[in-house]
Amino acid sequence: MPIWTLFGLKRGMATSSWPGKEDANLQTGVLGLPQFQPDRCQDGCRACAECCLPGAIGIEPGPSGERLTLDYGKCIACQLCTEVCPADAFRKSNDWAFGVRNREDLVWAEALASRPAQELTEKIQQCFRRSLHIRHVDAGSCNGCESELQALNNPYYNLHRLGIFFTPSPRFADLLLVTGSVTYAMREPLLETYNAMPEPRWVMAMGTCAISGGATGGGYSCAHGLEGILPVDMYVPGCPPNPAAMIHALLVLLNRAAQSVQGGHYVQ
Amino acid sequence: MRAATEQVLRPEEIPQACRQLTEEGARLQMAYAWFPEPGEPPEVLYLADRKPHEPFALLRCRLSGTEQSLDSLAPRFPLLGWYEREMMDLCGINFRGHPEPYPLVLHEGAHAVIPPLDPRYPHDQMVSFTAEPWQLPPMEGSDVQVLPFGPVRGDVLESAQIVFYYIGEAILHCHPRLFFKHRGMEKRFEGLLPELGVLLAERISGVDSVAHSLAFCQAVETACQCEIPERAKYLRVALAEMERLYNHLYYLGHLCHTTTLKVGEAQGKLLAEQCKQLNGIFTGSRFLRGLLKPGGLRRDLDLEALPQRLRKLEPEIAAYMRALETTNSHLDRLMTTGRLSRKTAFDEGATGPIKRASGIGRDLRSDHPYAAYAHLAMEKIPVRTDGDAHARAQVRMEEINNSISLLLQALENMPHGPVETKLSAQAGAEGLGWCEGPRGSTYYCVHFDGAGKLARVKVKSASFSNWRVFPFTVHDTNMMDYAINEASFGLTMAGCDR
Ligand code: SF4
Ligand code: SF4
Repeated sequence: MPIWTLFGLKRGMATSSWPGKEDANLQTGVLGLPQFQPDRCQDGCRACAECCLPGAIGIEPGPSGERLTLDYGKCIACQLCTEVCPADAFRKSNDWAFGVRNREDLVWAEALASRPAQELTEKIQQCFRRSLHIRHVDAGSCNGCESELQALNNPYYNLHRLGIFFTPSPRFADLLLVTGSVTYAMREPLLETYNAMPEPRWVMAMGTCAISGGATGGGYSCAHGLEGILPVDMYVPGCPPNPAAMIHALLVLLNRAAQSVQGGHYVQ
Repeated sequence: MRAATEQVLRPEEIPQACRQLTEEGARLQMAYAWFPEPGEPPEVLYLADRKPHEPFALLRCRLSGTEQSLDSLAPRFPLLGWYEREMMDLCGINFRGHPEPYPLVLHEGAHAVIPPLDPRYPHDQMVSFTAEPWQLPPMEGSDVQVLPFGPVRGDVLESAQIVFYYIGEAILHCHPRLFFKHRGMEKRFEGLLPELGVLLAERISGVDSVAHSLAFCQAVETACQCEIPERAKYLRVALAEMERLYNHLYYLGHLCHTTTLKVGEAQGKLLAEQCKQLNGIFTGSRFLRGLLKPGGLRRDLDLEALPQRLRKLEPEIAAYMRALETTNSHLDRLMTTGRLSRKTAFDEGATGPIKRASGIGRDLRSDHPYAAYAHLAMEKIPVRTDGDAHARAQVRMEEINNSISLLLQALENMPHGPVETKLSAQAGAEGLGWCEGPRGSTYYCVHFDGAGKLARVKVKSASFSNWRVFPFTVHDTNMMDYAINEASFGLTMAGCDR
């Protein structure tokens, strides 16, 4: 097939130099989860909470009247709140690197406890010194998350170069990567896959559906993502998270990148 | 229902009316049921597509209180078979004489207290489920082996189970077991305002976000008798074609993956990625989400610089497709693989590129133009008659060219002005919307309640139709070709299962 050899040679390399170089994430223009500035919020206006389909924005009584709550673990980045807010308390942003280890870090916290930066978990370091093998399970997604996972192997993102591989067999897998809000019919196959994995094993909830159900949780056929089904080591909200956000989360899990979000606050 | 001519019939009149429609050249598209008043018996609706530019035909039939059953039309119109089974599972209607009277959408062992689509069904109650053995075709002969594959399959794939009956390499019979991913999406629309409903439509099938949200928005606009601004119509065409482009390019790359043409795979997926990046740059979403709303668009888009980017991409895409079409090893694997005859395609309900590759030259964009398609010069609808994997790929390649042309035309003729109109639904308003998505025809029927909220939304997705057809191309083929054949259909599970 000489034409394809020539084709390949002529096309040259497409792989981004990410991570490392600035502005090489290939996500120019892509909107992330909304930025929240509660001090701008006007009293008595509930516009954002009323338009938030998955209930990421809530209202609770505070010391001086009502107060907004925000859980990025439920946010589907629909951007509606940024469009209805009259005071710019919610704003469109390019903040998409939202992978976190603790569920609480996705919930907006008024005062940020100053915690030590990422403590390196030695266990992970030892286990993954060389490479990471992932078994993916679609537990009831819209296929948006799969589409971005499939993109990880295209020449731009080229996941292999980071020593991260998808494996067909759970027996060789270190990480169970789950998408979708977990339908009644996928619950058992999901648990079987988990149980077939050797220890130590980790679980990543990829996409808002897998974290909390997002727009598709509950109802007559779905659970609320992995809540109450499996212990989760890494939460990656987004609907879907873009490929760079997925890579970032994988690297955070491997302690090869720093987490960007703490108590719902995004730190560059 | 607006956008369709209606006949209200008694149950016993339905079969004759369907026969008459088909004799006049119409093709049945789907059937569904809903509960106009809680506690009252359901109404069943049949939608048929008449000749191009003629209004759709809708047959409506209210069931009576005592006996919620109808004669099955599946023996005569096989493509209705799945719709009837869906109504049995979700609406509790019985279809007498159904050739496959087994559960479809809800698996064996799933029990709902009352039919889930009944408005009285408790909103957050999951069906109870204990896995039960399910109906498989009986098998004789000791050499035949049965291999269930899935639901968790290799690579990054959507969940589905395919059961093969085979001898050595030869597949005798293929029995897909789907709906593992049934998320009850249609139920989720109940009680929502249309502005929020569109977010659900975008999430029925992620890679068809525009097709679904567009068909939904158009259904709502029809119900509300709302005319959207010209600029919104052109922008919608642009978005719909951008969606087709990245889908078809990915499709070609994935097809190369199954024929083990590595560079071809890389190049196809690279081009698809470039299109997704353009989506991100110009719209903020790689899946073109968060843009459409009933009444137009949520915000205006600046696509001034897009034609220039497209023109740069165009020769690369053309060179890629030329190279594919001259690679014998690739073509050898595609030609004669997974043949679908015109008759099977028509009877079983094939849609989109699949039916066009089997000789049925229909496309909603030109047959029943919506958005701004009527103002744009459509190339001839690409049709092939071979019905094999190669024909399916060729149809998509031609559609890529047409997409680019439509996209450039839409951008060139883009009018200025507002992009949205306000709309509100009157009590009981109903509307039909449609769209030719990358995978084929997508229909939405919306019914509003008395308070201007959604009471019932029926989603007919392209993948639901094509999954029904697909197994007919697998029987009597061989294992080596299966993956190629499945890829050549370009299906999504999410769209099928909903
Ligand atoms: S962007 Fe997130 S927080 Fe805002 S309305 Fe949408 S889901 Fe809710
Ligand atoms: S998180 Fe969003 S993109 Fe991912 S599966 Fe759920 S709805 Fe689809």
